[in-house]
Amino acid sequence: MPALLLLADGRLPAGGHAHSGGLEPAVELKGVHDVPGLVQFLAGRLTTVGLVAAAFAAATCQVAKDPEVAGPAIAVLDQELEARTASPALRVASRRLGRQLVRAGRTIWPHPLLDELSGAVGRGPHQPVALGVVAAAAGLAPADAALLAAQESIAGPATAAVRLLGLDPVSVHAALARFGPEVTRIAGDGADYATSDPADLPATTAPLLDVLAEHHATWEVRLFAS
Amino acid sequence: MPHDHANESHTHDHADEPHTHDRPHVHADRSGALPRTTDRALRIGIGGPVGSGKTALVAALCRTLSTQLALAVVTNDIYTTEDADFLLRNGVLPAERVRAVETGACPHTAIRDDISANLEAVDELEESLPPLDLILVESGGDNLTATFSQGLVHHQIFVIDVAGGDKVPRKGGPGVTRADLLVINKTDLAPLVGADLEVMRRDAAAKRGDLPVLFTSLTQDPSAADVADWVRARLAVPVG
Amino acid sequence: MEAAAELGVERAPGPAGRTRISRLHSEAPYLLRPTHPVAAEPVPCWRLVGQAPARVALVAGAGGPLGGDRLSLDIDVGPGAVLVLRAVAATLVLPGPHGQRSYAHVTARVAAGGTLVWLPGPTIAARGCDHHGTTRIDLAPDARLLVREELVLGRTGEQPGTVRQRLRVTVAGVPLHDQELHLGAGAPGWTGPAVTAGCAAVGSLLFVDPTLDVPAAAHLVDVDADSATLPVGHSGRLVTALAVDALALRRRLDLGLCALGPPPLEPAGAPDGDGMNLPARVAALATSG
Repeated sequence: MPALLLLADGRLPAGGHAHSGGLEPAVELKGVHDVPGLVQFLAGRLTTVGLVAAAFAAATCQVAKDPEVAGPAIAVLDQELEARTASPALRVASRRLGRQLVRAGRTIWPHPLLDELSGAVGRGPHQPVALGVVAAAAGLAPADAALLAAQESIAGPATAAVRLLGLDPVSVHAALARFGPEVTRIAGDGADYATSDPADLPATTAPLLDVLAEHHATWEVRLFAS
Repeated sequence: MPHDHANESHTHDHADEPHTHDRPHVHADRSGALPRTTDRALRIGIGGPVGSGKTALVAALCRTLSTQLALAVVTNDIYTTEDADFLLRNGVLPAERVRAVETGACPHTAIRDDISANLEAVDELEESLPPLDLILVESGGDNLTATFSQGLVHHQIFVIDVAGGDKVPRKGGPGVTRADLLVINKTDLAPLVGADLEVMRRDAAAKRGDLPVLFTSLTQDPSAADVADWVRARLAVPVG
Repeated sequence: MEAAAELGVERAPGPAGRTRISRLHSEAPYLLRPTHPVAAEPVPCWRLVGQAPARVALVAGAGGPLGGDRLSLDIDVGPGAVLVLRAVAATLVLPGPHGQRSYAHVTARVAAGGTLVWLPGPTIAARGCDHHGTTRIDLAPDARLLVREELVLGRTGEQPGTVRQRLRVTVAGVPLHDQELHLGAGAPGWTGPAVTAGCAAVGSLLFVDPTLDVPAAAHLVDVDADSATLPVGHSGRLVTALAVDALALRRRLDLGLCALGPPPLEPAGAPDGDGMNLPARVAALATSG
């Protein structure tokens, strides 16, 4: 599974390093300042937007394997995910990340669907949709795509916490390791939707992530893009 | 001189060696380099330590070049509306020609290891302001090891200043050693900080070989004429 | 307990036709009662002026829902008809005797030119409950909607069971808004700083009105990051808010709606109680709390 390891690596040049997944405003406005606070933040993210990302990554990976239906089916999934993303700031962030992932992915694992998705500036697919297609291009299965999305939903903000708060990186990784069983569970739940009707995919939301993202977007100085 | 496989691909650089046509000619050290095309802007990276004058140099180049060229700036520095107002008030660049990129508290990552957000910003500028001749990509202030990815810019300028100490060129580092242009700024301060410009010139030449070095003082020449000439020369190189 | 209630309204013929109830089927505990205007009802900035809506109250005829209950309510708003449907009281979701899940499904279709105002009371998740609520609304492209959802996690001092509340709105079948709150004992991290930060009341107010030109710049967020007003599609707004209790939540949601701006000008002498101007509405809210 070298492709899975490459995609899961935080060094994958797809723009993730500049996003905190809402942690930057949560530090400022909701008092996250230590590892236990970070763990609470990550648990909420994983259960809500992590599950949605896992399900959409799995479902997109599934349809991407069938060239007969892939194009329109991906568009439908992207539209469903748009309806599940209430915050305009998070929509922009997700589409930017999606476009950046497509850009990296089409060079790393060339695939006609990635060429199709690389279209207009600022109109990339949502990140979990892009992840599903890139995973398919890399020869991975929907369950792998779900696992990548679930893990990424907490690994990105955890890295941001190390940079923003100066938390001990080993303690943060220990916390990530303890999330292992929960990541596996959420990824499994997400993968179960791989062949579902797109309308039935989960829509679990984290209300504070939406509000915090809008607040963050008004800041004059941000270290992270979201 | 060792002649290993890595150097094999350079043989065409040596006029006295015949080309060997039975293997492909690859510029091994430039294989990832950004190709220049006629339909896209030239991109020049401007990096260097905190406080060396990167932003001032960008402003000077914009003032000098923006009457002749369509240009835009991507900044990886913390960029406030105060900064935007400063550029606008000084007639340097209107706000829509400047894009700020968040670097996730890691400026060197954004210009070297994961250039996605910068590429996105370049695309957005080219899309919204066609046609652009030149995009300056300013890095956030970092240390001497921070350089631009070849996937992001065509050329890079590394800016240091005399107040950082005249030993900086001697220390080297990728920026001082390999940047396409080394700018040693704030020469007007040299007598005040006890920096020996001749030492800096000699050390820089020793590290950089034939690569150019320019000494500037933006207080004495707010147009940064020498650097602007160097940029024009890069633009004058035929594309194709 | 299983119950399936149904409600249909249609607009009477003629230019000033009233909306009348065409179908009304109650099943305990979902009892539907035609009713009269209530002054403090937070109607949207757009009015029901001159529209003579049908008004119906949903009266809970029993406690609960309890674990094991399956309740459904199906709503049809005909072309050009206007329905204001309110719940009279809060809904307390309780565990059943055998630990089963309870379900409450609301489905609605709003036809061309129709308007649905759906204002259920807060759903209060009691200790040990396991409840799934879903609301699925399909709008014709020019239909209007105001829907409020409020979730209170536990009665005073109580740790809640698990509650899921999903609101999915489609326009001619195309998804516009789809959000599910999944909170309580079965949702790890729900009290954390990504989800509620310990707030016991969470809610939203969604309005969609293709006939109204809503200011595009209406991304509003309060200074403490406890509520925000977000654009939904081209013609809608979502107010999302968190608060310490149900009352504070209601105020945040109503203020979020008011912050969208003054209502369009109203014809003089409009007869309808829903036609109160914004200051009057805010005053009514303040005194009714």
